[in-house]
Amino acid sequence: MDTIEQQKLKALRPKIIIGMASCGIGAGAKNVLKSIEHELAKQKLEADIVHTGCIGMCAQEVLVDVLFPGRTRVTYGNVKTSIVPEIIGEHVGKGEAVKKLVMAQMYLDDKTASPYDGLPFFDDIEMNKGQKKYILRNCGYIDPDSIHEYIARGGYTALEKVLKTMTPKAVIDEISKSGLRGRGGGGFPTGEKWASCAKYSADEKFVLCNADEGDPGAFMDRSLMEGDPHAVLEGMIIAGYAINATSGYIYVRAEYPLAVKRLKHTIEEAKKLGFLGKNILNRGYDLEILIKEGAGAFVCGESTSLQNSIEGKRGMPRTRPPQSVEAGLWDKPTCLNNVETFANVPFILNKGADWFAKIGTEKSKGTKIFSLTGKIKNAGLVEVPMGTTIRQIVFDMGGGIPKRKKFKAVQIGGPSGGCLPESLLDSPIDYESLLGAGAMMGSGSFVVVDDTTCMVELARFFMNFCALESCGKCPPCRIGTTLMLEILTRITTGGGEEKDLEVLEQMSDEMKVMSLCGLGQSAPNPVKSTLRYFRDEYMAHIRDKTCPTATCVALHKYEVTPEKCTKCQACIRNCPVKAISGSTTEVAFIDKSKCIKCNLCYDKCNFLAIK
Amino acid sequence: MNTKQNESVQNKTLNLAKIEEVLEKYKNARGALIPVLQAVQGHYGYLPEPVVDLIAERLRISAHEIVGTATFYAQFHLKPRGQHIIKVCCGTACHVKGAKKVLQKISETLEVSTGMTTKDNVFTLEEVACLGACSLAPVMMMDEDLHGKLAPDTVGAVIKEIKGAGISS
Repeated sequence: MDTIEQQKLKALRPKIIIGMASCGIGAGAKNVLKSIEHELAKQKLEADIVHTGCIGMCAQEVLVDVLFPGRTRVTYGNVKTSIVPEIIGEHVGKGEAVKKLVMAQMYLDDKTASPYDGLPFFDDIEMNKGQKKYILRNCGYIDPDSIHEYIARGGYTALEKVLKTMTPKAVIDEISKSGLRGRGGGGFPTGEKWASCAKYSADEKFVLCNADEGDPGAFMDRSLMEGDPHAVLEGMIIAGYAINATSGYIYVRAEYPLAVKRLKHTIEEAKKLGFLGKNILNRGYDLEILIKEGAGAFVCGESTSLQNSIEGKRGMPRTRPPQSVEAGLWDKPTCLNNVETFANVPFILNKGADWFAKIGTEKSKGTKIFSLTGKIKNAGLVEVPMGTTIRQIVFDMGGGIPKRKKFKAVQIGGPSGGCLPESLLDSPIDYESLLGAGAMMGSGSFVVVDDTTCMVELARFFMNFCALESCGKCPPCRIGTTLMLEILTRITTGGGEEKDLEVLEQMSDEMKVMSLCGLGQSAPNPVKSTLRYFRDEYMAHIRDKTCPTATCVALHKYEVTPEKCTKCQACIRNCPVKAISGSTTEVAFIDKSKCIKCNLCYDKCNFLAIK
Repeated sequence: MNTKQNESVQNKTLNLAKIEEVLEKYKNARGALIPVLQAVQGHYGYLPEPVVDLIAERLRISAHEIVGTATFYAQFHLKPRGQHIIKVCCGTACHVKGAKKVLQKISETLEVSTGMTTKDNVFTLEEVACLGACSLAPVMMMDEDLHGKLAPDTVGAVIKEIKGAGISS
């Protein structure tokens, strides 16, 4: 750690904070970083460069913050290397924010910094209004590789309080009282799970963190692990103490190399300062935590499959009972929770269960993080109190649908969830309401689709995913997903029959009842919900052999709808075989004898004029 | 074992020293198989048969069980792959934003179909379920680097840039 003199000296130097989570890096943060270093040297300026995690405004990446001594922290969005010299020269050099490029400013914890005139504050911008950043409070704010920055924001105080003043039972009672429910999808009460695991005694007990975020479209667990890994670890150590675990594993999926790297570093740092390992904080409790990297199997997000995978076997589920709390990993009592659930734990213990239970609805307490993606203006992470409506998330925080397209549906919960239509925009987000509507909380993927997305094709996409990821152990799932995929593919390629819909519905119910694990039980959900809300689209494919959104290429007729054509000629310019004629005064016409059905004209048309 | 040790792998002689090290590290560890396979794959890019036999012997697991486990997971490969792996995300967000077309374009640019390796053994092109960078959709991962906001007409340039960065050597 730096000496006090060194810290004082550093406080007098400007600080440049760059978002280096996976999404930042994907948007080009490494090049921006290089250019910042280069520019500092060139302009002979001194500044500290630190990394941070994801602040949730992924659509605005690369994000660079500048902290000039005595002033507020200023965030620049969409930073390209070309604007770096100006930011460095004006802001780092002279302390003047480059206002035209600024996204927002924010106070530091002590609120003494002087703000810049005319710049919006971070919490006031469109996307952040209505959000409650409790669990994400450190993401994008602190350097995730620095345990000291985490401690400076109240980190590990919950662990200290727990070990020094609370019995394991008191911890479980507090978590039960808070009403916290599993954030991985099912929504099982966390306190109840811990209590049932605590009652079994054995020579070995395990606490597991499920970080196998396989749900396509979900990335909040990745952001937490990359942006605030110590919070996850602290929650896990507290859980370990509560159930008297002897060791723990964090099972991270292989596609998250950065999260693995950060977690490894986090564990080392925590060990050095005595928060993990032997005799934690001198209170006599020992806990060892190891990282297990997944090897690419969606089904491993299921608890018993995950345990088999840790044991080095094929990641297949097993029948229950016995439940994992009684005989899980290596047949020992095991408590498994999701990343976000663990990240909630220190927060609850610091603020108190009563305080926490005031947030949210009657049965769903606290906040939930969603990864807002798809056809949405402000893609990124949002943390909202339970009970927030879908409309608030899509239109207030998400900023609505880009390119003047129309909202059609939101897909919540990934391959296990469902598609909810416009009529349900005002329904609140909580475990029960979502289930009732035919979706589920899932892990929190929130994919918005506009009127150019074909719902039958989307259902087919998810069924294809489930068919590929089905482990093959139980026939209802192995055969069911394959057969349903076959029917859906037939419908999207023009071979559908009316009786197919009945068959799909019947198979959905059968798979739900008969499949061994959650994958098979929930795999029909996307089909069921689209059949429920978008049946007319299925009928159009089957009866009229047309795809209303013209997504299903096999059903395209390549004809121009004259009323929709604006004579912009984008299709004409892009046609590789010059099959389209037209001009500024004449609507486009496709010569079918020349057309090779490459679909480029459809892609390039912004007005859906080609069918 | 000796004859197998001299077997040529990707123009390199199969050197088992590194694997011995890994096996030593996991000698008494429980659930060692997957981390060992990950280390082997990290080293060779795939799981060579002689190494599978060696693991079987040391970890006291039958070779068929190892292959059974390896083939269950998408990460493991029993055949050699390219020096660089391009994973194109076809998750939900990427799907609705046109990942399929990006994949097709890459496939055309590199003249390789999905799941295959280019003739010069430089690139392997794969399709993956989700890379968790949905806000930058469509995305792809080149080894461990993410590239986001791809489009069919710009992805060619991204590939050229990667090739130009000397990575193709």
